[in-house]
This record gives sequence, C-alpha cells and structure tokens, in this order.
Amino acid sequence: MNAVTGTSARTRVNDFVIKIANVNGTGSASANGLLMKAIFRMGIPVVGKNLFPSNIQGLPTWYEIRVTGDGWTGRSGEVDIMVAMNLESYARDLKDVSPGGVLIYDSTWPRPSLLSRDDVTVLGIPLARMCNENFANARTRVLMKNMAYVGVVAALTGVDMAVIQTLVEEMFGAKPKLIPPNMQAVEMGYNYAKEHFTQPLAFKLEALDKTSDCIMIDGNTAAALGCVYAGASFGAWYPITPSTSLMDGFKSFCEQLRVDPETGKNNYCIIQAEDELSAIGMVIGASWNGARAFTPTSGPGISLMSEFIGFAYYSEVPAVLFDVQRVGPSTGMPTRTQQGDILLAAYASHGDTKHIVLFPANPKECFDFAVEAFDLAERFQTPVFVLSDLDIGMNDWMTPKLEWDDSRRPDRGKVYHAADLEKIEKFYRYLDVDGDGIPYRTIPGEHPKGAYFTRGSGHTKYGGYTEDSAAYQDVLDRILQKWKNAATKVPGPEIVRCGKPTRIAILTVGGCDGAAKEAIARLNAEDDLDIDYLRVRAFPFHPEIENFIANYDTVFVLEQNRDAQLRTLLVTETTARKDQLVSILDYAGMPANPHLIVDRVREHIASQG
Amino acid sequence: MTSIVKPRIDKHLRRNQLGLTVRDYEGVMSTLCAGCGHDSVTAAFVQAFHEMNLEPHRAAKVSGIGCSSKTTAYFLGQSSGINSVHGRMPSVATGAAAVNPDLYYIGVSGDGDSLSIGIGQFAHAIRRNLNMLYCIENNGVYGLTKGQFSASADIGTKAKYGEVNEQPPIDPVLLALSLGATFVARGFSGDKKQLVPLMKAALAHKGFALIDIVSPCVTFNDHKGSTKSYAHTYEYYHPVIHADFVPEEAEITAEYQDGGAITVPMHHGGNVTLRKLGRDYDPRDRDQAFHLLRTREGSEVLTGLLYIDETKPDMGDMNRLPDEPLNVMDYSKLCPGSAKLAEVMKGYS
Repeated sequence: MNAVTGTSARTRVNDFVIKIANVNGTGSASANGLLMKAIFRMGIPVVGKNLFPSNIQGLPTWYEIRVTGDGWTGRSGEVDIMVAMNLESYARDLKDVSPGGVLIYDSTWPRPSLLSRDDVTVLGIPLARMCNENFANARTRVLMKNMAYVGVVAALTGVDMAVIQTLVEEMFGAKPKLIPPNMQAVEMGYNYAKEHFTQPLAFKLEALDKTSDCIMIDGNTAAALGCVYAGASFGAWYPITPSTSLMDGFKSFCEQLRVDPETGKNNYCIIQAEDELSAIGMVIGASWNGARAFTPTSGPGISLMSEFIGFAYYSEVPAVLFDVQRVGPSTGMPTRTQQGDILLAAYASHGDTKHIVLFPANPKECFDFAVEAFDLAERFQTPVFVLSDLDIGMNDWMTPKLEWDDSRRPDRGKVYHAADLEKIEKFYRYLDVDGDGIPYRTIPGEHPKGAYFTRGSGHTKYGGYTEDSAAYQDVLDRILQKWKNAATKVPGPEIVRCGKPTRIAILTVGGCDGAAKEAIARLNAEDDLDIDYLRVRAFPFHPEIENFIANYDTVFVLEQNRDAQLRTLLVTETTARKDQLVSILDYAGMPANPHLIVDRVREHIASQG
Repeated sequence: MTSIVKPRIDKHLRRNQLGLTVRDYEGVMSTLCAGCGHDSVTAAFVQAFHEMNLEPHRAAKVSGIGCSSKTTAYFLGQSSGINSVHGRMPSVATGAAAVNPDLYYIGVSGDGDSLSIGIGQFAHAIRRNLNMLYCIENNGVYGLTKGQFSASADIGTKAKYGEVNEQPPIDPVLLALSLGATFVARGFSGDKKQLVPLMKAALAHKGFALIDIVSPCVTFNDHKGSTKSYAHTYEYYHPVIHADFVPEEAEITAEYQDGGAITVPMHHGGNVTLRKLGRDYDPRDRDQAFHLLRTREGSEVLTGLLYIDETKPDMGDMNRLPDEPLNVMDYSKLCPGSAKLAEVMKGYS
C-alpha cells in the first residue's frame, strides 16, 4: 500500500471532521459511538451526528464526528477524513471530502479508478480480507470490519488505545467474551495503518482537559430523565420516530429508579396507546385526576392530537407534550431534522387556542425544560409543548452533567385539597378567585365539595353549560389572560452581546444555537462584522425579546423550516416590523452548519450596499 | 341556556345505609327530548348507586359526544365528570383509572360515539380490561345531527324519512365478546328491573363491564319500520339471564326457578347471582355466548348478563400498579434525588 502523500496543508490539531459512510444494519453505530467516545474521553470536545435512513437494513447511513478543541456545538459543514465503507455511496462520499482531506476505503475489492481526486489522499486497507481471515462467523466478520476501521482512524489521528480498551471493556461488561475479538479487530486496523502509512496525516488529536465535567447524552434520554425527576407518574405514547427513544428512556429509568423495592410494584404507569389520539386522551385523563402525565411524539402525532389539545386548553387540564420534530409535511423524511412544527404547536387545535411552548437547544435544556414544563402545565392548567427535534433528541451531544437540587419541589399550581374545601362554602372550578386568571382545581373523588364537571362545550365561570355570549366570552378572555401572564414565567431568551455598538443581530431557536454562534464568530473574524445574538427559549415571547429586536435595523431570523414560522410568530405576537426581520432558512433536513448563515448574511449586507 | 338545577324535595324518600336519598345521586335537569330512552338509563344509574350505598363523590363519569354523552351531567351531581371529545372517552378513562383505581369509572357513550368514530378506542379499552362500567346507549341513529343512521342500524331498518339501511350492523356485544371482554351484557332502557341489577353487577366487576342498552330515540328513530323503536324492542325483547348483585352482608334468600341459579363471587366483594330464564345457558362459557347470539331468531333482542369472567387481570394488574394511587403518591417516592442522578450520569461520561 501507498504511504501518505500530498498532504501539504498545515497540521490541524483537534479541529477536523471524521465522517463514516456505511450500510444501515451492519452494526456500525456502536463502533462509531466508540470512536467518538474515545476522543471525548481524551478530554477533547466532540459533536456527533448520526445521519440515518428510514430503513432497518440496506440503505446508506453516515456518522459524523466533529473534533472541536474550541468546543463548538454545531456541525462544521466540512469532511476531513471520510471512511468510505459503502460502495453504493462511494462516489458521493468522495465528492463530499473537503480539499486536502483523506478518504479511507476497503481495498479488498478494486476501487473504480475513475473515482479519484487529486486533492484528496486515498488510503486503502483490506478490511474485509483481514476480517475474513481472522473471524469465522459471517455476521462477526461484518461487525468486526467496523471495529477495524476504528483502529485505522485511531492510528492515523492518534486516539489513545488505552482509552479504547477501557471503552470496549465497558461496552461488553455484560458479555466479557466479546472483549478479546473486538479488541483484536481494533488492533488489526491499528497495526495495519501503523505499518503501512508511515507519514503523519494533517489531522491530529492531542489530549485536552475540556470534557471532565461533561457527558455525552441525547436529548430524548435527557428529557426522559427530566420526566422522572419532575415526578411524572404517567406516560402514554404511540411509537413514532424520532420520539420513541424518549419513552424507551423513561421506561428504562423507571425500571431502575421507580420500582418499589418491597412490593415490586411500579410507581409509574406507561401505556402504549393504539394511536396518538388515544395517547393524549390518556394523558388528559391522568392529569385531570391529579397525576403528572406526558406524551412524547412528533409532528404527525401533534396533528392527530389537535382536537384533544383544544379540549385540554379550553377545559384547563394540564398536559405535557414532547414534539421531537422531524421533516414534514406529511410523512416527510422521518429520520431527518427540522423545526417545522413551531406554528402548529403555538396554535394547535381549532378555535382560538394559544399554547405555552418551550424550545430546548441541547440535551441539558431537554432535561431542564422537561421539569419546567410540568410546573408550567400545572401552574397555568394548560397543555405545554417541549419542542425538540431529531438532531437534539437522537444525537449524542456533549453537555454539562445533569444535576438535581434536592430542595426543589414541584409547583403543582392551584389545587384545593380536602382541608381547603372544608373551609370554603362552595367550589366553582372556573372562578377567578385570586384575580390572576388561574382558577383552583380539585382532585376528583377527594372530597364531595370538590366535584365538578369538565367539558369542552361552552361553560360559565361556575362550570355550568352555557350558550350565553357574555358568559362564554368571560371564560375565554380569562384563559387568554392566563396565557399572557405566562410570558414572564417561561424561560427567558439567551442573549449574547458582542460588546460593541451594532445594528445587526441574529435571532434563532433550538438546535441552530451552535451554528449561529459559530457563524457570528466567523463573520467577526473574517468580515469584521459585529453581531448580537438572541435565542428564543419559549412562547409566549418573554418581553425581553421584543425589547431586544427594537434595538436593531436588521435581525436575521435563523430557523429550520421553509415558511419562516418563527418569523411569522414574531411578526404576529410582537411589535417587530416585517422589514426588520430577515429570514435565513435552512430546511433541508440536516443539522445546521455555519456556512449557510455566513453566506446569507454576506449576501444581505452586499445587497444593502 | 344554562344547566338547570333540580329542586330538592326528598323528605319522604327512602334513605340508604349512608342516609342518602336518590336525590343525592341525581344531577342537573336533562335537556333531552321527553320520552328519551337515555333518561330512563340516567334514572337507573341513580337507583343502582343509591341501592349499592356508594358515596356519590367516589365515582368519576366519563363520556364523549352525542345525546348519550350529555347524560353524565344528569346523574351523580356530586361526582366529578369529564365530557371529552367525540369517540375518545375510553382513552380519558384509561388515563384516569391508571392513576386512581379507587374510583368507580362510569362511561356513557352512544352507538355513534363507540361504534363509528370511537370504535378503535372502544376495542382497545376492552383489550386492556380497563376497570370500568361502559354503557352504550344504543338507538341506531345520530340524534344531535338529526337522524342519520349509525353503525348499529340493522339491515332493512327505515330512517324517519324512508331511507332504508343496507349495511350490516356492528353489534357491540359480539364485538366485545370477540375482543375478550370480561363482562358483557345487554339491557333495555324500558326495563329498569333488569337494568339496575345489571349495573350493580357491572360496578362490582373487576375489569371492563359493557352494557349495551337499547335506548330508543323518540324523535328520530321511533317510527314504524325502525328496529330500534320502543314498539319493536318490546315485541322482540327477550331476557335470557337475570343478574342480581348480592352484597357481602346479605344472605341469598330468593328462590330461583327455571333451572336454578349460578353464583359468581365478585372481586370487590359480594356475589352476582345469575338466574336462567327459560334456556339452558351458562354465561361463564364464552362459546355458549357466541352460539346464543348467532343462533337467535330473527329480530330477537337477547338481554341480560350474557358473559362474565371474574378471573382475568385488569389493566392495573397488568401494569403492576401500586396499591397507593399514583395521583396522590408523595413526590419523595417519585423523585430519585441528586445522588441517584450522579450515579446515572456515570453511564454517560
């Protein structure tokens, strides 16, 4: 095999992207995770993105590992080392490599000679042949090929083999028999690369100490933990990508943390419903009865739940809904990411309905906002949405360790319990006793005085059925007031000022956070532009958002949908002027990267002369 | 129009063991048409609860949309109720029962609500053996939208203005039997003597108890040619089994004829005694229930407790739910605390 040649660029330490192209269903996920975790354990910040098809076996799949010593949290948009294990996507994978990059392929079979590039170093390793020679079982051979390329990348970039050894031991803790063959495969790749590629690559890892307070976790798992810690005791759901792992996580944490050690009974209940309509109905039933209840779903599920969401809104039953957004409309691209449900969530259901929506940007916020969502839902007696997305929900993110304050108690909102009911003459469910728009509720069956009738039909403030215009309006207006009051109780925006006077800002939401911040830094370094930053974290909009926008001539609104849904919401719900808000729309289904943002900002500024 | 509160005149009414009269089990005034079968069912609920000496606030009423679903406001005014969306009552009941199994869940639905828009939820509530009394007030017609056929309309039945139904009906009793329901009964709003004991037996049952109640619509489906009219139902009405609920403390003293009685001990205490009426039939045998219903003669409306199985686990058992209801469980039992979280975090570092 050839030695490495043609890498004239300067060496890049802890700043490059490894992309692994593979076939879905070949077990590559654990090998890719191992490689990323090894770099993370070396103290070097990483960003991992699993770009997978809606398929169980056979279609192309990619895994991207961005090594970022500077700690950026988004994709870079470059590919420096491509591990091209899928013949079917080989041509495209070669094309994706950035100039000066490296392509690693399985040289067991000849590579079509046409598919080569002068500005890319191509390295062949006979991975299949080595695995066939060393492992007997057909499935093992396929699996070990993945471990072997981990070894190759480790040798070429400088991954600490001791770290890999530890991780493999952790990985197969329950099946120690699998440790030696897996290590053998890693070493096979490692040794081959060391022997055959003697010249150093331009991409190098050097251990840092930047990850010791961090974990690698996906947003769905973090949200599931949030539900456990919030004290949610009931969850209903219907399986849908990309939200399924949220309920899987909740189930496994509950099995671990919520089974009564004495009785063996579950201090939780999870029901897999027949569809999403039923899932939200169950949540409403459980919540009406006084438990903390939630459902995780994705856009199509929200569409189906819409009627019940309006019911919960109007009859003032708390509910927590996680919408892990995927690409729409319709079935769309179920394994790709988007922020296409912003307007849907904000106004879900027929008639006048406005909801509380929280927008986490990373797994840490998925945890925090899950906890927050239950408090808000019970405080305001209304459905609350946590609008995550596939990128946040399903990818492993480096995030600070999740922590819990043991003095924290849930805010159950305004509830009359038996003792309170004894003291009052008569209870009316929808009466604004305190003048804050929030009535008291009771736990059904707890006390005869607390009985009330919940209905989605017109009702008076005393809870009776009505078709009287004034009585109807009275209740509907109070519900709006309640929603408006929530604006200062929801998480406020994240604001980062550049520290210099400027008339330009970028405003965004959710997982675009990392890409936006990186774009701002690049525009500052390369174009000398000073840009302030705001990330919306909840709806109704905190007053700070409106105040912020008023300070700029141009606010770029970055979001991941075609129709500028966040911008629409800002124009509708704040005093922001349409001409102030310039859209940057990145809705192709991939996690955001800074390129598009930098280009759009430059284009706009150029067009303004 | 607002709901009308009934005047209380109950000085001379019989008081039950809790010292309550039937008035204590009533709700607001019905707004249904005069003579509606549903109002008789409402009265039967009141009587059943009163006779069983149940605390009025320990029930939770759940319903969907339609004339039948409105009736949950007309009984048990001291119970909480939730009148949800069309066809989705079973899901609300499921969530409610999961977090507090200690209440009596009373579901009231109609043939449109349960057999068309809500047939999926109806079926899955049965599969889960949700512990509730589920009544379908079945009149074969959509009342609130003025007279369209429902999915329970028989072949050949005539609508008010002459249209003839040609699609086969969905029989909730057969459907429930095939889905594994553990308590399946049919009643008639015009026979409270049969219906009240059926309701009492259903309330004592642990698991999903269906009572399909033929309940004629006087306005849109009570004409000649309708198979769900009062006249037609009276003509073809055929009770096959009479159920009596006998509380634990009471001795069984009644003398039963026609082949004697079957006694089924109920999970929540007491017994249900089943009296055979003229046919040799054992309602504990599912095959016999199917056979009886499939071999009925012509328009015969077979009523009574047609099937019972008191041995099956209910939803709470299947989900290993604790004795203490989840809705009142203290936060200390639900939140694992910071030390546990730190332990969990080790798996992600």
